Formats: sequence, C-alpha cells, structure tokens
Amino acid sequence: MSGFDLGVIIRSLPLLLEGMGVSLLLTVLAIAGGLSLGAVLAVLRLSRLRAVRTFAATYVVLFRSLPLLLLIFWFYFLIPLFLGHPIAGFDAALIAFVLFEAAFFCEIIRSGIQSVRQGQIMAGLATGLPYGAVMRAIVLPQAFRNMVPVLLLQCINLFKSTSLVYVVGVRDFLTAAEIVGTRDHQLTELYVFAALVYFTLCFGGARLVKRLERRYAL
Amino acid sequence: MIAIEHVSKWFGEFQVLKDCSTSVAKGEVVVVCGPSGSGKSTLIKCVNGLERIDRGEITVDGVSVASPKTSLPKLRARIGMVFQNFELYPHMTAAENIMLAPLKVLRRSKETARTRALELLERVGLSDFADRYPANLSGGQQQRVAIARALAMDPIAMLFDEPTSALDPEMINEVLDVMTSLAQDGMTMMVVTHEMGFASKVAHRVVFMDQGAIQEDSPRDVFFDRPTSDRAQLFLSKILRH
Ligand SMILES: Nc1ncnc2c1ncn2[C@@H]1O[C@H](COP(=O)(O)OP(=O)(O)OP(=O)(O)O)[C@@H](O)[C@H]1O
Ligand SMILES: [Mg+2]
Repeated sequence: MSGFDLGVIIRSLPLLLEGMGVSLLLTVLAIAGGLSLGAVLAVLRLSRLRAVRTFAATYVVLFRSLPLLLLIFWFYFLIPLFLGHPIAGFDAALIAFVLFEAAFFCEIIRSGIQSVRQGQIMAGLATGLPYGAVMRAIVLPQAFRNMVPVLLLQCINLFKSTSLVYVVGVRDFLTAAEIVGTRDHQLTELYVFAALVYFTLCFGGARLVKRLERRYAL
Repeated sequence: MIAIEHVSKWFGEFQVLKDCSTSVAKGEVVVVCGPSGSGKSTLIKCVNGLERIDRGEITVDGVSVASPKTSLPKLRARIGMVFQNFELYPHMTAAENIMLAPLKVLRRSKETARTRALELLERVGLSDFADRYPANLSGGQQQRVAIARALAMDPIAMLFDEPTSALDPEMINEVLDVMTSLAQDGMTMMVVTHEMGFASKVAHRVVFMDQGAIQEDSPRDVFFDRPTSDRAQLFLSKILRH
C-alpha cells in the first residue's frame, strides 16, 4: 500500500452513489413509516383509556430496550422461518427500522405535545372552540415547533444507523465502500472517505438544525 | 345571569369547594377574593365548565352548566374568560389571537373578523399592535389583548381570574382601566382579584372565600366598612395595610 490514492474513489463513484441512494431511500422510508406509527402511538399514549395508554407505553419500553441489530436479525432470519419464505434484506431492515424508530418518534411527539402549557388548552376551550379545534389550531402547532429540532436530530441518527444493514447484505453506502475497498485492496482510502461523507452529512445536518432552531425559536 | 347554588367539588379526598352559593346579576360586577388556595380559581372555572362540579348547580343565562344536555363549547362561546397568565397563543399575532374563535366558532369571514379585531384592539388601546406576536408585547399589553380576545365573541358575561397578579406593578393600572371601562359599559363580570382599589371603586358585591367556602357575600360598602366574618376582617386588614 503506497500513498493515498484518490483515483479509486473517483473510479468507483457510480457504485458509491448507488450505495448512497440505498442508504437515503431506507432513511426516508424508515422516517415516513416511523413517524406515522410514532404519531399514532403518541396519540394512544395520551389516550383517556388506561388499557390503550398501557399498550402504547409497553410498546415503547419494549422497542427501546432491544438493540436495533437484533430486530434486523429477527426479521431477516427468524420471522422467515415462521412464514416459510425469505424476506429480502432491505425489507427486513425497513420493518425493523420502522418498528424501532416509532418508539423514539412516539416519545418525541408525546413530550412535544405535553410541553404545551395546560393553560393554552383552557384558553382555547374558554373561547368556545371544541377540543379537536384546540388541538389543531393551538396545541399541535406549538408542539410541532418544540419537537422539530429533536425530530430532525433523530432522523440524522437514523441515517447513521442505516449502515447496520451491512449485516443482511444490503448494498448501502458503507457496504458499497467496503466492497470497492476489498476488491481494489484500498480499504484505507474507502474507509476514510466513508467516514468523511458520514461526518459531513451528519455534522452539517446537525448544524443546520441548530440554525433553524435559533431562527424560529419562540 | 350567573347562579351558583350549593356547589361542592372534590379533588380526590380533598374538598376544594364546600357548598358554595352566590350569583351575579345582569350588569353586575362581583369581586371574589380570599387567601391563596381558598378555591377561587376552581370556582370561577366551574362557571364555564373548565372544571366539573360534583354537587349543586350552576346556571348561566338559564343554561345548566353541568347538565349532560348542555353543549359546553356553545356555552363557553358566550362567556369570556381572562387568565392570570394571559395565555395568548404564542404562534399567532395579536389580531390572529382575537380572530381565531370568531373564525372557527362563529364562522365569520376573515375580513369581518379582522375588522372586529382591530376595533377591539383600539378599545383596549393597542391599535398599533395588531401584527405583533405576544413575545413582543409587555405583560400589560398581552393581558389587554387577552381581554380583547374574550370580547371578540360578544360575551354575555366575563370571568377574570387574577388578571393583574402576574403583572409588574406599573402595568396593573392599564389593565384595570380597561376592566373598569367594561364595567361602566354594563358588562356582567365575575372577577377574582386582590386589587381592593378596583373592588372598592367598581364592584357591586364582594365575595370572600376561605378554605373552599364562601365566608362572606356582601354589597361592596358593607364588605369594606364592616365585614361580618372575622376571617374577612383579618384578610382585609392584611391586604389594605399596603
Ligand atoms: N387539579 C387539581 N388537583 C388537585 N388539587 C388541586 C387542583 N387544582 C387546585 N387544587 C387545589 O385546590 C385548592 C384550591 O385551588 P385554587 O387554585 O382554586 O385556589 P385559589 O384560591 O385560586 O388560589 P390562588 O390565589 O393561589 O390562585 C388548592 O389547595 C389547590 O392546591
Ligand atoms: Mg387562583
């Protein structure tokens, strides 16, 4: 191994980009699914019915206590045994991500809603608005502002976690880098490059969130 | 207009309201005072159903608040309420705060609601502040916007829960002035406050509460000259000393 060869990165750019495409697709789908399920769970978590609240709380505790990697294994190796047919790596990972992230999104959304003062609800009700309208016009916009920064940081974390799909043979960005590096005996270059890319995206993203937060702070 | 009859309420084991009875006639201003924790806020919130009562009855303009047949949103739309902490919606401008309920509840058009909001802002002396957000208003200004917001529904009565106790001293009067002018216009008002100056000038009757019970319910002059209950006397002497 002599010197640091940038050429390999340029030569294998199409492959790397394809990998990044997979990483981003998985991130976007997992965010969409996780947020939807998380929002539903948050509503259940704030329900007046005890059984419903307990169900949602149990879900959250359960999925926050399991390693994400274990969930991916479950859906890739274990569930197919019961189903009798295999699940593609990407699909297994996506299911695991959605179920796992939903628990976190649920808690972020719930604490966002609870961060709105009770007095705001009283004030809205006192003007004659029905409860649903108070939620839509008064509580949720404030809750949303409070939770956007945390939600975005969670999404950045999610993007980093997608590199775990390496274990089920999905060709994401990190896997692509590893494949190229091994093939061309230039692992150093590729691993350094991968680190730089992840760092730039995640650090840049976090900075952007900070700036948004300052700009729209109440 | 407002009739409170033998109302009791419990928070778990703790009885906050003990057989409270009083009333507010049309055009009357009733001040409710009493030491902290005596149940004043709870009582006033029962009037528009923000708190539920366990016993007794409250009627507003002949409508029973606790009856399952009563639509609380409809009833609340006719009763204005002003809170200690203003509770303006921080994500809306002053005008938008005032317009929200007229738009959503009364289904007014945007222009009608805006015109009315501007009129009300002028009435509380804030014509130039329509497009400011609450964060950019002083406490006194916020509370005046909150009063305008309550008035926007053309209420038949107004409830005030310690409207000046979160304010810096120099802002108290601007809010009391607005309330005084409302009273002079004949608004029916139930006001929880420790501002005895306001009470002695504007109130028709004063209700004194202690430990969840109404200890005294007298015409203003009687209350200030010779309160019948010892506790009210003690309370008055404490509060009037400064
Ligand atoms: N949601 C609640 N659950 C349990 N106890 C409550 C609740 N709200 C109020 N209380 C209690 O009921 C009592 C009366 O409260 P309330 O707020 O009506 O008093 P207040 O006269 O308005 O006092 P203050 O002058 O401090 O505003 C207090 O002892 C309070 O701790
Ligand atoms: Mg109170």
